[in-house]
Amino acid sequence: MGLQRKDLLTIAALTADEIQLILTTAESLKEVGGRDIKKVPALRGKTVVNLFFEPSTRTRTSFELAAKRLSADVINFSPSTSSMVKGETLVDTARNIEAMQADIIVLRHSSPGAAENLARSVRSSVINAGDGWHEHPTQALLDVFTIKEKKGRVAGLLVVIVGDIAHSRVAHSNILALTKLGAEVRVVAPPTMIPLALEHFGVTVFYHLDEALIGADVIIMLRLQRERLGKALLPSIREYANLYCLTPERLKLAKADAIVMHPGPLNRGVEIAPSVADSAAAVILDQVTNGVSVRMALMYLLSGSGERSTLNE
Amino acid sequence: MARALTRISHEILERNKGIEGVALVGIRTGGVFLAKRLAARIQQIEKRDVPLGELDITLYRDDLSIRKDQPEIRKTTIPFHISDLKIVLVDDVLFTGRTIRAALDGLMDLGRPAEIQLAVLVDRGHRQLPIRANYVGKSIPTAREENVQVFFEELGQDDRVCIVTP
Repeated sequence: MGLQRKDLLTIAALTADEIQLILTTAESLKEVGGRDIKKVPALRGKTVVNLFFEPSTRTRTSFELAAKRLSADVINFSPSTSSMVKGETLVDTARNIEAMQADIIVLRHSSPGAAENLARSVRSSVINAGDGWHEHPTQALLDVFTIKEKKGRVAGLLVVIVGDIAHSRVAHSNILALTKLGAEVRVVAPPTMIPLALEHFGVTVFYHLDEALIGADVIIMLRLQRERLGKALLPSIREYANLYCLTPERLKLAKADAIVMHPGPLNRGVEIAPSVADSAAAVILDQVTNGVSVRMALMYLLSGSGERSTLNE
Repeated sequence: MARALTRISHEILERNKGIEGVALVGIRTGGVFLAKRLAARIQQIEKRDVPLGELDITLYRDDLSIRKDQPEIRKTTIPFHISDLKIVLVDDVLFTGRTIRAALDGLMDLGRPAEIQLAVLVDRGHRQLPIRANYVGKSIPTAREENVQVFFEELGQDDRVCIVTP
């Protein structure tokens, strides 16, 4: 039992069975979040370090809550207050953290592969909380958890992912997780936002939102990353909103019981109409709630066998 | 097994003077089957349903950081507030008492019961903690290295208790 791995770096490396184990464990742990006393002693005495080199409130808070609900101690490191500004490398920073007996390091970094690099250098478990445009595995896990919770299954569902696929680690991890679990995945975006050779991932590419939405069970809206607009991917935000905003009219093209997801933060009126974001179809806040359960499950599973996680050996 | 459970049902009713304010909580997995059977018997006797919960103690184990194999977490489902209730904790085998210690901690995190009582099908001795059952199906003297296994109809087996000598 348990995940036979030290780290969680990518969805690409996980088998469907491993994903299912994480989902089942998260399902059992969800109950803890509903209690008056939201704490269990499973990771008592373990130390979790949040090492975030990119701004994040949602993900960092979610990891922190997850660790605290399992009774682990949590330290938050951010680059502005750390020695990184003095020129220390990522690996040296992490080795120092490890020397303080950290059991789990949660890393967000702007460079693809940063988590993997770190995992090879330290004995602590490393959880990738987003590495550049590469992967954001815990977001994908909480998304498939939410889909399974709302729809009872993932296999056989039609999932449409809308937005900047090329620059979205959320999209990459989700495509991998959804296809591994047997969902049918469509992606839709302007051609400048679709990477080359995406068909090899087993997804169907659309350029028109209306066509892609027909018959959808799940719609995942990605955030339009305004910080990247200088790169001439789009004529204007208004044009994008006209063509790719999920409006109530467009939502009607999907199945009547379709759910709408978004990893946050929302650009209301850009990729999603406020009335859709606030509708009964939207499960955006359920995603946030489930994120804590999924991250608890991961921390529990990675803390795994006592032998491996004991750093003094 | 059936006769032991019937007797325990009567003892629970006798001790608590009926079923008012009493709830059963089974410890996964064997304890849940037994709690369900006790609830069914109590329903027959009293013509009233007794609240029934299922407790998974994995997160409260004292050996999580030393075991080689990691135990699977299953669901805790207690669909009522346990505060001020008389909780009868149900398990199949009482051995070292460590499971019960974990279950007591788990229950206390969910509220403040008026009282916690313990019902077990088999008490095999060898306690490592000061824990004692209020209701015992059968006390079976065993050697420390022997293994007591309980089989359940619910799992497609014949109901029986076996002592396995290694």
